[in-house]
Amino acid sequence: MNIVVPIKQIPNLTDELEINGDGTGLDHDALQYVLNEFDEHAIEEAVLAKEAAGGTVTVIGVDTTGELDGALHTALAKGADKAARITGDFPRGTDSHTQAKLLANAIRSLSPDLVLTGVQAADDRDGQIGPMIAAHLGLPYVGVVTGVAVKDGKAIVHKEYAGGLMGEFEVSLPMVVGVQAAHQPPRYAPVSKVRQIAKTAKIDEIAGDEAAGAGSTVRRMFKPEAAGHAEMWEGGPEEVAEKIAALIKEKGLLKG
Amino acid sequence: MSNDVLILAEHLKGKVSDISFEMTGKGRQLAVAFGGKAVAVMLGSGAAALAATLGADSVLYVDDPALAEFNPQAYGRVLAALINDRAPRLVMVGNTSMGMDLAAGLSVTAGLPLMAYVNGLAAEGGALAATSQIYGGKIQAEAVPDGEACVVSCLAGAFPADAGRVGAGLVPALEQIASPVPLADLQIKFVRMIEPQSGDVDITQQPILVSIGRGIGGQENIELAQELAEALGTAVSASRPVTDAGWLPKTRQVGKSGLTVKPKIYLAFGISGAPEHLEGMRGAETIIAVNTDPKAPIFDVAHYGATCDMLDLLPALTEKIKA
Repeated sequence: MNIVVPIKQIPNLTDELEINGDGTGLDHDALQYVLNEFDEHAIEEAVLAKEAAGGTVTVIGVDTTGELDGALHTALAKGADKAARITGDFPRGTDSHTQAKLLANAIRSLSPDLVLTGVQAADDRDGQIGPMIAAHLGLPYVGVVTGVAVKDGKAIVHKEYAGGLMGEFEVSLPMVVGVQAAHQPPRYAPVSKVRQIAKTAKIDEIAGDEAAGAGSTVRRMFKPEAAGHAEMWEGGPEEVAEKIAALIKEKGLLKG
Repeated sequence: MSNDVLILAEHLKGKVSDISFEMTGKGRQLAVAFGGKAVAVMLGSGAAALAATLGADSVLYVDDPALAEFNPQAYGRVLAALINDRAPRLVMVGNTSMGMDLAAGLSVTAGLPLMAYVNGLAAEGGALAATSQIYGGKIQAEAVPDGEACVVSCLAGAFPADAGRVGAGLVPALEQIASPVPLADLQIKFVRMIEPQSGDVDITQQPILVSIGRGIGGQENIELAQELAEALGTAVSASRPVTDAGWLPKTRQVGKSGLTVKPKIYLAFGISGAPEHLEGMRGAETIIAVNTDPKAPIFDVAHYGATCDMLDLLPALTEKIKA
């Protein structure tokens, strides 16, 4: 089975996100980029599917940061077999429509049985890449998936709805899946192994064609103004615990 | 192109989802500004009665056995055909489990821009502006489509639901049609619904919840939260990273893909407050948040907050509750 995992790097959300001078985007140069957390799950689910049914896992991304190789090496250390980088003039913050088009063009030539990608990314302002890749390739798509099992040319996928309800679907391969969570937590790749792989791994380079464009223009980017803010309690754990305990007591919620 | 607004109404297990009413209400307002009609679209099998609850200018109900349950491929095909046929000015889809399977794909197949994670929509002089909530709720982006027509996917809770319910003075014309496209050869087949596991504690029924997020650090620290929950006679709930990591069962997950809780006190420890989590707990009576990041969005919805280390706080609080 030929499994392809398109991935995306996004700003690290634990950093302070600064808005650029003209107020229409992030100040990308000031940001550290990390792999989209849902893509971590897609990689894990792909490696699990390979372990269960055999095949190869190819991880592929558009190099918008100049630092994609690190994410690709980590994926290889976690059990992916091949890695590919789409290159071209695609800066940080390249829109989803462009990334999806570039990825779809590259993935088409790989003739995958299964494409697994993160269900969403924090920077998907113009939409998620999974359904767009599926539309470009004319393949069926199911997203918000928490488990994929492949058998006899078909995939059984579990899709989450609200409240823990799940829909089970049977899909003829090839298909594209938007992974919400792998059915096991993503495995850890030791730094030593990633370093080793970085020395020897061959990453295929694919020249990307032109940008598709988001089809919309951001005219203002801003930080949301909260309607309210918590009353902040100063002090260490002891003082804060005292205040919380008092509140619980006041509400009559102490047991016994 | 028409000036109509096409709204995809969702239903699950015989119930119309609130997002449908929220978008219908907003869609009607926008349709007035565009000089068109708000057309709610519902797909189903024998579900005309559900379609009749939508307070749009008109309701288009597409009936086919293949639409009895949500099927992303069947829905995608029918919607693509309707968009092609009716050329609406605006297509509104929920940024929900269902809508997330559809909106971006429709954007590509219909060749329309998509603005996703939308929590604000305005028609200014007949032109649409959409505000998207991105980067985990930390940034708002206000954008305009490059052409006139576009697709938007709307966040749950962004617009009032009551404005989109059928009511006095508004009796929408209900048109029932068969699927405009064949649905017999789908690659996706719905198999069954899987109900959430029962037997675990029902976190929606607890008057107080000890809820933990990524800040718990690792499985070995779950115990600290469990000891506090035990002392309070309640259960530990969590945000998605904790249940995805397998540290707690899915039945304990609060938020968009988990459960909605409304306890008297919600203790949010080490939870940053991603929009998906806030969706499931903002209705709690009193929210107390503890997070080392003073800028965490959880503090915007919490009533009380502190930035001390939750791993020190948990045992200290347990001791005080036991005392």
